[in-house]
Amino acid sequence: MTAILSLDNVTQRFGGLTALDAVSLDIAPGEVVGLIGPNGAGKTTLVNMVSGVYKPSTGTITFDGKRIDGLKSYQIARLGVARTYQVVQPFPEMTVLENVMSPATFAAGNLGVEAAQEKALEALRFCGLDEQAQMRASELTLAGRKRLELAKSLAMDPKVLLLDEVNAGLNPAEIDLALDLIRRISAKGVTIVIIEHLMKVVMNLCSRIVVLHHGAKIAEGTPAEVTSDPHVIEAYLGNRYARKQAGEAKEGADG
Amino acid sequence: MTRVLPVVLVIALVAALPLLGDNYLLRLGTMGAMYAVMALSWNVIGGFAGYPSFATAAFFGLGAYTGAILQGAGVYMPLAWVAACLAAALFAGLLGLAILHLKGHYFAIASLVVAEVLLEITTSWTSLTGGGMGLNLPILRISVDAQARLFFWAMLALASLTLAMNWIVANHRLGFGLRCIRQNEDASGMVGINTTLYKVIAFILSAVFVGGAGALYASWVFYIEPPDVFATLTSVKPIVMALLGGAGTVLGPVIGAVLFLVMEELVWRNLLEIHAAALGILIVILIFFLPGGVLGLFKRRRKPAAPSRPLASAEAGR
Ligand SMILES: Nc1ncnc2c1ncn2[C@@H]1O[C@H](COP(=O)(O)OP(=O)(O)O)[C@@H](O)[C@H]1O
Ligand SMILES: [Mg+2]
Repeated sequence: MTAILSLDNVTQRFGGLTALDAVSLDIAPGEVVGLIGPNGAGKTTLVNMVSGVYKPSTGTITFDGKRIDGLKSYQIARLGVARTYQVVQPFPEMTVLENVMSPATFAAGNLGVEAAQEKALEALRFCGLDEQAQMRASELTLAGRKRLELAKSLAMDPKVLLLDEVNAGLNPAEIDLALDLIRRISAKGVTIVIIEHLMKVVMNLCSRIVVLHHGAKIAEGTPAEVTSDPHVIEAYLGNRYARKQAGEAKEGADG
Repeated sequence: MTRVLPVVLVIALVAALPLLGDNYLLRLGTMGAMYAVMALSWNVIGGFAGYPSFATAAFFGLGAYTGAILQGAGVYMPLAWVAACLAAALFAGLLGLAILHLKGHYFAIASLVVAEVLLEITTSWTSLTGGGMGLNLPILRISVDAQARLFFWAMLALASLTLAMNWIVANHRLGFGLRCIRQNEDASGMVGINTTLYKVIAFILSAVFVGGAGALYASWVFYIEPPDVFATLTSVKPIVMALLGGAGTVLGPVIGAVLFLVMEELVWRNLLEIHAAALGILIVILIFFLPGGVLGLFKRRRKPAAPSRPLASAEAGR
């Protein structure tokens, strides 16, 4: 397997805090990888490093055979790595269409206005936002703005898409729509890394799950493997519960 | 194009001002054109990109001294003006690389200090600039009327050039990218905008014609001194003008410059003692009652972005 995106021993420190601790990770083309972990585990930090917001303190990041750690975010975006923000980041005073035209104009090659508009409309239709094209971005509902983030990423023609909690704050019906959308994006051949708290979503979408805890990668594998891993249970539910489970298992074995 | 034609006609009409044969009007016209150059230039960095620059006085003074020194050394006047444009542009490029990573108030203060520093340097570098004594420029050997016409037309041409530059920027990907940067700079990088490059270009464009205006001004008044051309008010006025007319629009700064000039002539001539207070009150009124400027009154009223705040805080709290 040649990975499309790989992190090799990546560490990120903020002053005294180690937000990511020697994380290595290989992602194959076309994969949908779930990235999970408790709050503060370093998931957003990982996305920020891959997308060029921070330069890793140590370690290397390779995308499509090219080292990208140390590149600026606009350079990484132009290479084909798109990301969405946990807290949505629209251009609030622009229309929905203009919002999506911006990546089409600046990241997806040197498109003229008309070509950029065409590409933007295509992304809006794909995300079911075409009827809101002339609305101001700030007037969209939260679900709408989450979809706008997706449409913006798609208009960049990304090879890899990093989704940071795109479902947070959505109701179940909206989540189902978003799930369908992500599946269709994946079907286009886009490699996806998705950060998600809802296990239902992760189980549904991902072929592989990576678990972060206190900045370190503590487990990696299929959804079934990861959810039965004692380290993961401990990270999520705390020591006591893990010991209790282990104790029960031991008692069961003894008895 | 239908919107360009009326503007060209108005400029042509204004260019006919010397026909009235009133040198007071001509002086006002020259001032108005100079104000338009400054307001339109500030508009590129402050209006389009949203960076509150107080560096106009620095570019103006630098242009004035570049032009004056070169003319004093015998350089042909129009060439000295061009050189002043280039000097201001080069200076803005270097300054921009140094301070454009600062945001908001920090950028404003850093840009404000620049003119003060240049003022000190100019005052102490007596051998080159004449120091606090100021600098005389070569006298033109043409009639007073011909001079008035010459400088009026030159300044009007410079203002037209600055207006054209604004129009081109607004309709070019540069303008689109600058609007993105103003609304969300982090997201701008993520959509592929080279934010550093775009901001530096915007800063250079906000300087180049102001440098020219400074040199023209020096040639026009024949004598410059540091506190005159590096005055802090020179940085403040263009901001007020742009806000008055409508920052971030192409025509707004021109309208603001004309309104400002009229107010300055009618009101402040008669209120000399409270000139600064009047300017302060105007700024407060602008900020509170006219956020979109005069042009904003004619646009559809913006709906308040009510839903954005509760949601943003809800997410941050998670
Ligand atoms: N820019 C920053 N400066 C300092 N600390 C940060 C910064 N970004 C994140 N952190 C810290 O790094 C840790 C990981 O944060 P984050 O990646 O946002 O976690 P997650 O997304 O998994 O909830 C947290 O302790 C957070 O406070
Ligand atoms: Mg996070």
